[in-house]
Amino acid sequence: MEMGELRAKGAGRLPRREVVATLLKSRDDMLLVTGLGSPTYDAHAAGDRDDNYYLWGAMGAAALVGLGLAQAQPTKRVLVITGDGEQLMALGGLATIAVAKPRNLDIVVLDNHHYGETGMQASHTGHGVDLAKIAAACGFAATATLVAMAEVEALAASIAGPAHGPRLFVIKVSADSPPRSMPSRDAVYIKNRFRAHLGLRPN
Amino acid sequence: MDLADKAKLGDALSKSGSGPSWPVEIYRLLKRAGVRQMAYVPDAGHTELINRLLADPDVVSNVLTTEEEGIAIAAGAWLGGQRSVLLMQSSGVGNCINMLSLSIVARFPLLMLVTMRGEWAEFNPWQMPMGRGTEPALEAIGVRVMRADKADDLIETVEAAAALAFEADQQIAVLIGQRLLGKKKW
Repeated sequence: MEMGELRAKGAGRLPRREVVATLLKSRDDMLLVTGLGSPTYDAHAAGDRDDNYYLWGAMGAAALVGLGLAQAQPTKRVLVITGDGEQLMALGGLATIAVAKPRNLDIVVLDNHHYGETGMQASHTGHGVDLAKIAAACGFAATATLVAMAEVEALAASIAGPAHGPRLFVIKVSADSPPRSMPSRDAVYIKNRFRAHLGLRPN
Repeated sequence: MDLADKAKLGDALSKSGSGPSWPVEIYRLLKRAGVRQMAYVPDAGHTELINRLLADPDVVSNVLTTEEEGIAIAAGAWLGGQRSVLLMQSSGVGNCINMLSLSIVARFPLLMLVTMRGEWAEFNPWQMPMGRGTEPALEAIGVRVMRADKADDLIETVEAAAALAFEADQQIAVLIGQRLLGKKKW
């Protein structure tokens, strides 16, 4: 099937673990925030690191935690990896991020068209809601929908480069649930470990 | 807002001398406390403080579509080493409840300044339910509530709240009484 046809059907079948591992392979000193559920497991499976901030709840927080972090650390790049359901809960947050115009914030939505943690119920993206178009309409500097591994590899190779503003990439992944790879649920520990990585002391 | 816009707003503010002095005093104490980010959903009671912070070239400001976004931004700011303040009206507190899990479970410092509606000479009955629910809802999720109904008391209260938040990792909401804000003019 041609890439255009795949895109039209929104029927990407990319393996999410491989997508995340590819994106993070050459991340260097990018800071990472992950949305609750599978994106947190996917990032942990790619390798636990002090500069990962994993969310286990607070659905809708991921991209906005990324915004606060990007504003506090303007010389570092910040990557948010989250799911379609998590981002759908914070559609307004895309407008807030677009208005804030951080040049060091990228949001990757792993879009499987389903709520994977709760029994694979169809999400709005499975019914045609297009998060990349919404982000573009809000004013993101760049948006794209990726359906092929070659596109993910090209994004991984270029993502650390300069940007004119926030970017959002939807990556169509298959709706399966690889074995859970679980980081610590102790949010204070993960917070202080992350801050120590930046040279910040706990109170 | 870019630096030129901030400068224009700063000029306009320095020429306007009317209004109560507490917003300026809160602005100064937030600066002394090292606040570098501010997020807000507009409220008439917060107008002066919002404008002061918007005009400050050392403060990054975010206008929000809904109040809970600010809880997540404050967490990210602290992760990156910056202190922040979140401004809203009491009607926005209900929007924040689940998102406050993030601040509470991770013990992120959180300073919310909440202007009250629905409690003193309120004109709009639609403000009453959330006015009544603000304090119990915050306490139910685990946020410490402080409140002030007089301007003098307000400054000390915000100063203490900032210390509790940023030095003791607490999640604090300061409720600014509607009596202090005065009756809304229609």
